[in-house]
Amino acid sequence: MELLEKILAQHSFLKDLEKKYLQLMVGCASNVRFDAGTFIYREREDANHFYILRAGKVALEIHNGGCEAITIETLAAGDVLGWAWLVPPYRWHADAHVLEMTRAIALDGKCLRDKCRDDHHLGYELMMRIVPLITHQLQATQLQLMDVYGVRK
Amino acid sequence: MYTVFENRQGTAVPESLPNPLLPVPYRVLQNKRNTHDVFTLDVEPVNGGNFPHFLPGQFNMLYFFGKGDAAISISGDPTTEQPFRHTIRRAGVVTQALEKLKPGGVLGIRGPFGVPWPVKEAEGQDVLLVAGGIGLAPLRPAMYTLLANRDNYRKISLFHGARTPEDLLYVTELEQWRSRLDLQVWVSVDAATRNWMGDVGVVTKLIAKASFDPLNVVALICGPEIMMRFTIQELEKIQIKSDKIFLSMERNMKCAVGFCGHCQYGPHFLCKEGPVFRYDQVQSLLGKREV
Repeated sequence: MELLEKILAQHSFLKDLEKKYLQLMVGCASNVRFDAGTFIYREREDANHFYILRAGKVALEIHNGGCEAITIETLAAGDVLGWAWLVPPYRWHADAHVLEMTRAIALDGKCLRDKCRDDHHLGYELMMRIVPLITHQLQATQLQLMDVYGVRK
Repeated sequence: MYTVFENRQGTAVPESLPNPLLPVPYRVLQNKRNTHDVFTLDVEPVNGGNFPHFLPGQFNMLYFFGKGDAAISISGDPTTEQPFRHTIRRAGVVTQALEKLKPGGVLGIRGPFGVPWPVKEAEGQDVLLVAGGIGLAPLRPAMYTLLANRDNYRKISLFHGARTPEDLLYVTELEQWRSRLDLQVWVSVDAATRNWMGDVGVVTKLIAKASFDPLNVVALICGPEIMMRFTIQELEKIQIKSDKIFLSMERNMKCAVGFCGHCQYGPHFLCKEGPVFRYDQVQSLLGKREV
């Protein structure tokens, strides 16, 4: 637990979080490991956890029926995987496919959601940390949609 | 004799062109395909003689007789005697014609022109090179220069973004650079299938992962304008000052010596005052739809 607290306290996602909330996060955290080739979650499944990646590589993939899956983003050590646990309807929007054996800290999003409902300040703190992740992904998607490396029209 | 002008660093550019508006005939030695729409032409002067000296980031006007000319950055190694090398993306009438040139074919070249990357000024500092798509071509001579004088620089990091793995430029060279212990190389594509084991996502995201000193770094950026704007946003987040950021701008160049005004960018003529600008020189213009 002490080690988990140290790791979480040092991560930029939880930087400057009040100690009582940090300890609450530690209570919702566990070390997990995923082998290459497995899926951490799949599209449309319930989103009840999120992950702070410590090692390895994960691809966010979308697919169109029987077609080959397309990777839209890869995440690696230091990245936070998943925000759908905090945004209704709490379902994943893509598959998280493990490319390289991955170690992470899993946080129980369902438990945190309930606590946010009871403590709006905690909810605000977590929202202020999750919204930049969503914004980043939105901006990245905009750039990808613009096909900026294509021929100028 | 053409009167030279001075660039930002006070270097005379070009050194001594007999007539900057007169194309010199060059013969194609090799036309190598890089990707489905990018190719590299190696050329030598038809009449023999030395290759004009060029600096990293400078460009030539490549003239296909009967079709017209196009401004193309020099992508070869300025530190060694090599044929003039240009990496070109097929984008219009002239580049479509250039793409079809075979060894022995002749084209006209004027140049080199333009303000180069500040590789000399970057000595003693960390250097970031951020290239989007074909933007790696104008940065490659800068990388060659940095590597030829490796001891004069601290950490060197190259970030290259492309549309797909198939659109990556200079793959063999990227692999060689990646294997060096004195270089950080990050490559990312916008989208990929499962065969690609590298990074996927916008190239700007990788900047935060690299190790460098934001207080002692020079950033050289070349790529689509919107990608350069997003890159600058990331660099500003980590407190890199605007006078440490350099970008290569692209507009339609014609005369290449500041006569015609085709490449006007606000108060600047890109061909003469650019294409490489310090960010604070163009900060107020960048991102303006009307410019």
